[in-house]
Amino acid sequence: MHKAPRMRAFAWAAILSAATVCQADGGSSSPQEFTQIERGRYLSILSDCSGCHTVPGGKPFAGGRAIETPFGNIVSPNITSDLETGIGTWTDDQFDAALRKGIGRTGAHIYPAMPYNAYTQMSRDDVLAIRAYLNSLQPVRQSRNANTLPFPFNIRSAMAVWNALYFKAGDYKPDPAKSAEWNRGKFIVDGPAHCGACHTPKTLLGGDRKDQYLQGANLQGWSAPDITNSRRAGLGNWTVEDVATYLKTGHNRVTAATGPMAEAVDLSTSRMTDEDRAAIATYLKSLPGKDESGSAPVDANVMAAGGSIYRDQCSACHGIEGKGVPHLFPSLADSAMVRSNDPTTVIRMVLRGARSVGTKGEPTAPGMPSYGWQLDDRQVTAVLNYVRNSWGGAAPSIDAGRVTRVRSDTASRSD
Amino acid sequence: MSRRLPRKDVVIVGFGWTGAIIANELTDEGLDVIALERGPWRDAPTDFPPGYMQDELRYRIRHELFLRPDQLTFTFRNNMGQTALPIRSWGAFMPPNGVGGGGVHWNAEMWRFLPSDFVLKTHLTERYGAAFLPADMTIQDWGVTYDELEPHYDRFEYLCGTSGTAGNLRGKIRDGGNPFEGPRSRPYPTPAQAQPFSHTLFGKAARELGYKPFPQPSGNLSQAYTNPLGLRLGPCTYCGFCEWFGCSNYSKASPQTTILPFLIRKSNFSLRDNSEVIRINVDRSGKRATGVTFVDSSGEEWEQQADLVILSAYALFNVQLLLHSQIGQPYDPVTNTGVVGRNYTHQTISSVNGFFDNKKFNFNPFIASGSIGMCIDEFNGDNFDHGPHGFVGGGYVGQVQTGARPIESTLVPPGTPSWGAEWKKAVKDNYLSTVKPGTGVHGSFYAYRDIYLDLDPTYKDRFGRPLMRITMDLKENEIKQNKFLTDKFAEIVKAMGAEKLAVQYRTAPYDITTYQTTHLNGGAIMGTDPKTSVLNRYLQSWDVPNLFVMGASAFPQNAGYNPTLTVGALAYWSAAAIRNQYLKNPGRLVDA
Repeated sequence: MHKAPRMRAFAWAAILSAATVCQADGGSSSPQEFTQIERGRYLSILSDCSGCHTVPGGKPFAGGRAIETPFGNIVSPNITSDLETGIGTWTDDQFDAALRKGIGRTGAHIYPAMPYNAYTQMSRDDVLAIRAYLNSLQPVRQSRNANTLPFPFNIRSAMAVWNALYFKAGDYKPDPAKSAEWNRGKFIVDGPAHCGACHTPKTLLGGDRKDQYLQGANLQGWSAPDITNSRRAGLGNWTVEDVATYLKTGHNRVTAATGPMAEAVDLSTSRMTDEDRAAIATYLKSLPGKDESGSAPVDANVMAAGGSIYRDQCSACHGIEGKGVPHLFPSLADSAMVRSNDPTTVIRMVLRGARSVGTKGEPTAPGMPSYGWQLDDRQVTAVLNYVRNSWGGAAPSIDAGRVTRVRSDTASRSD
Repeated sequence: MSRRLPRKDVVIVGFGWTGAIIANELTDEGLDVIALERGPWRDAPTDFPPGYMQDELRYRIRHELFLRPDQLTFTFRNNMGQTALPIRSWGAFMPPNGVGGGGVHWNAEMWRFLPSDFVLKTHLTERYGAAFLPADMTIQDWGVTYDELEPHYDRFEYLCGTSGTAGNLRGKIRDGGNPFEGPRSRPYPTPAQAQPFSHTLFGKAARELGYKPFPQPSGNLSQAYTNPLGLRLGPCTYCGFCEWFGCSNYSKASPQTTILPFLIRKSNFSLRDNSEVIRINVDRSGKRATGVTFVDSSGEEWEQQADLVILSAYALFNVQLLLHSQIGQPYDPVTNTGVVGRNYTHQTISSVNGFFDNKKFNFNPFIASGSIGMCIDEFNGDNFDHGPHGFVGGGYVGQVQTGARPIESTLVPPGTPSWGAEWKKAVKDNYLSTVKPGTGVHGSFYAYRDIYLDLDPTYKDRFGRPLMRITMDLKENEIKQNKFLTDKFAEIVKAMGAEKLAVQYRTAPYDITTYQTTHLNGGAIMGTDPKTSVLNRYLQSWDVPNLFVMGASAFPQNAGYNPTLTVGALAYWSAAAIRNQYLKNPGRLVDA
């Protein structure tokens, strides 16, 4: 049975939990006020709360989703206002401390899978607006399963050390030298949208590598691309409009969102305002990134073999010239993702295929089929080296061992 | 005892083209719609991937996308004097199964019927006199006119992105298109597909013989297209794997490429696959449908109640469900009474294969699409004077070769041994230089008193219900029509430069074992009189006004064209009547 639509519009008429115990602080607006709830709803979209706190197809914000980290799986908690299993009895101070300081209700540290290091840039009012919104929804009684972190990561107090190294609390401070739009973009990117959680490389301890800010990272069996303005690896060949269209619809003239980004588009960016998407695009396009041309010529035999495989298997959709069909089949000729230094995603795409996101603006949601059953590791290597180094593009050579590793790493993952 | 599911506004039975169209229209109206599909869920990128979709053995020979006869079949006989036997392997036609239905594996030929086709009985009687028609021919007018259907034809064409050249734009005849077509309000949404060598050669030969050839209107697209629902289609790659296959390139119009991704985003739509409807339920009065009963793959029986029942399965299954549900009076050819099962028709097709000098002609015949082709329409419908010929009806003829898939493209000239080294050599010598138009002659099939559907007295299905019995033969009128068309077609193939021709006429008896087309029609026809039709002009049951029956089962007889565009247009026409008239005042839309 296919019950198609995902629960998406949370159309609950503000059912206020009778036991809503949060005390409004003096000065902040009432948590029952429409303006406050609506602001919180939108901030929860910017923050993509449901990405982690809603199991796909499950009850909104009831938690229970396993979040994969390099240290083990962390299961998201129930953030509905249920008294026993949710956050119904939390005070506003406790809620604020959790979101912006990473301190749980009992005073224990929260794992930074919850991006408090980004959310800290929001204000207390922002965070309490989110609370007001959550309180307006139907409480769901649903306990969570325990985390599956191995020792020593199961010791929460270790997070104090982590915080000392990687966490800097504080609201967003606008840069007066920049435009309001740029500042809005930076606030969203670094704050609620926590883009760096996926797109900034991490240290061994999972902290951001500040020097490689938004230059692409590897997580959950995918390589998240460089989203700075780098010409080769990043958004350098996209216009601001291209970025905004991608965030709105999951598709643009070059590429399509798949994997974890498909979910971020579905739950978050496609539901933002056009102004906020433009602000994000403006900010990301202002980041110079790095521009190294780190490629060596690929063996001519590999190119010839790859070209033949490309012609047979890929060209029907992506075209002999690699241009694809705008908004339907990605342009391999123009895709920075295809040529990214970390080829995990592009290897994965060939091996396993992927479904692009369907949105209101682009409902088609075309898919890339799997070729992993048909092409062996050497063939995948050849065709990718061909694609990465054709039509004027250049990228570091991939060896077959890399394909083998991605094949085994993704074998047991869901799509 | 069946378990009862929560009531819905609308239940749709069968989820192919018409089910998807109706679901999209009625969910737009705000209704809560559930669709039930006997076969599996099918989605374009996961079920029709380019990595293996072009597998002739799997899909053509082994029928992967079709209904299995052990799930459900029919009995067949040529005439009322014979005992019908069950069909155990599909031949003459291929019953679809699964989400998307026949819309998944069709060729996507998108023809409009002629204006005169919709008023056939009146038109022919006026022009030739009633005595010109065979005594047992039971053709009738549709109750809907071309002009009424035109906006709905247009809508379906634009949904699909149809590639073609308009021949009659708002009454103005235009070069390069079909000059015989009814006036269209807009040009085709995309230009005609490019034509390969042999198709182009046919066009040239036809033109030199004084005909007006034009490209076949195609649901395989000449260029990328975004349809009115915002869904994107890609350009056809001319891979030559359309009929029998799903399209792996988003290039062929299907429910999957033109409706479903949009529809499944709606919260008031849901679908159950692997759910076979066994009965439409009616209340005690027999005049109101209460819903349907279906069986899931565990054998569990469920009842889905609904205010409105839409029957949108394949033509034969629509008729069968009406018979099993005892809705409408079954047709009896002896007394010529009753309606359900009446005016069952097919398509009269034949072909001429041309063998050319392989030193001069290399057609690269594998470059094609399911609806590629150059055609002429001089001999369709009543586009020519039938007076001297002694038959009615006609069809288009054309080089409509859909590819040269290896297993079925081993044609050899007449006189070649049928096996051995000489046969192999002939296959090799002729593969690239043979014109094999498939259904090159695509003729009408008119209705007769003793060609019909009813319930078999002997054979039962897995639920213990009688199988439906097909009584079908070819009549002299169709045989004459086919001989005439096939000879005309052969002249053009000869004029292309063929050295040898293999001419295959359609002859009696009707052969249930060899594929013709899946264009089965009638049995639950629309019309103006409840005594001779099951449905009124809006496809509404005369007997049960909250039941509408989509599909080619509504055709009173078949025209000389592929039926799908008309099936889709009728679905939009019916949906408009439901939206604009029925929902405001549920009840009979036409007084009997």
